[in-house]
Amino acid sequence: MLLIAPFAFAIDPGRAFDDPELQARYEEIISEVRCLQCQNESLKDSNAFLAVDLRREIRRLLSEGKTNTEIYDFLVQRYGEFALYRPRMSGKTMLLWVAPLVLLGVGAIATVSVVRGRMALPLDDGDDETDGDVRVTGRT
Amino acid sequence: MKLRYLLPIAAFGILIPVFIIGLQRDPSELPSPYIGKPAPAFALPSLQDPDVTVSSDDYAGRIALVNVWATWCVGCRHEHDFLLTLAEREDIPIYGLNWRDDREQALLWLQQLGNPYVASAFDHDGSVAVDWGVYGAPETFLIGPDGTVLHKHLSPLTEAIWQRDFLPKIDAARRN
Repeated sequence: MLLIAPFAFAIDPGRAFDDPELQARYEEIISEVRCLQCQNESLKDSNAFLAVDLRREIRRLLSEGKTNTEIYDFLVQRYGEFALYRPRMSGKTMLLWVAPLVLLGVGAIATVSVVRGRMALPLDDGDDETDGDVRVTGRT
Repeated sequence: MKLRYLLPIAAFGILIPVFIIGLQRDPSELPSPYIGKPAPAFALPSLQDPDVTVSSDDYAGRIALVNVWATWCVGCRHEHDFLLTLAEREDIPIYGLNWRDDREQALLWLQQLGNPYVASAFDHDGSVAVDWGVYGAPETFLIGPDGTVLHKHLSPLTEAIWQRDFLPKIDAARRN
């Protein structure tokens, strides 16, 4: 048991609050925030000391009764939008959010116009005579 | 009709330079949201003497450097000689923010390698570092006379970086 214990507590989050609601908010926030020292880990997953410090600050802010938005603001003010895995909509991050939709729209328009173009073409039914007819009528 | 074939080639031509620039950038180097904004105030015990306070008021009204360092930080050792040169050559005080370090070891480091700092603040629990948005060491902040962050550099300082990134901003701040 003592041998297993260190592994179980390798990362400290554990239970930070007795209040289940606060605990749930704490866990939600730390999984939404990037550990800047080890960029592909969230604060929840990381044991880098910056993550330890940021978790401590988040616990402090939560116990002071700060809202989630205020806590995200606290982090963004210090580390920039990059700290959040899901950056909020703002002038700076607008392109990030809108670009995929715009590209999807461009793709959809391109697809529709290509398909329409193809549909306007005569069907090739292998009958040379009819094909000829269509071409003739096409010219007149 | 020609446009139909030109467009993909044009898009390709635009994307390639974007990718080349993107690949050359260091993804760990993030722009500080503090650039052009007031640097956070702090007051911490001095590294040398816990009873003495080092605070952001110490450099109020002057151009100053705030350098985040620690004895566990390899890059800090690399830049140390250059910091000593700067301290001797430039008329700009360098304040150290000793980040999550051991006091004894930090004092030994300064004793052995020389002390470029007019004062070092001892941020043992890293709370001031969080306020400053520090996420790696060494980090160097250039603070203007009005207390705004003029520039932030991540990674060891060198003469070339100093001349390219710091001097123009210092000259501009002096002219104002």
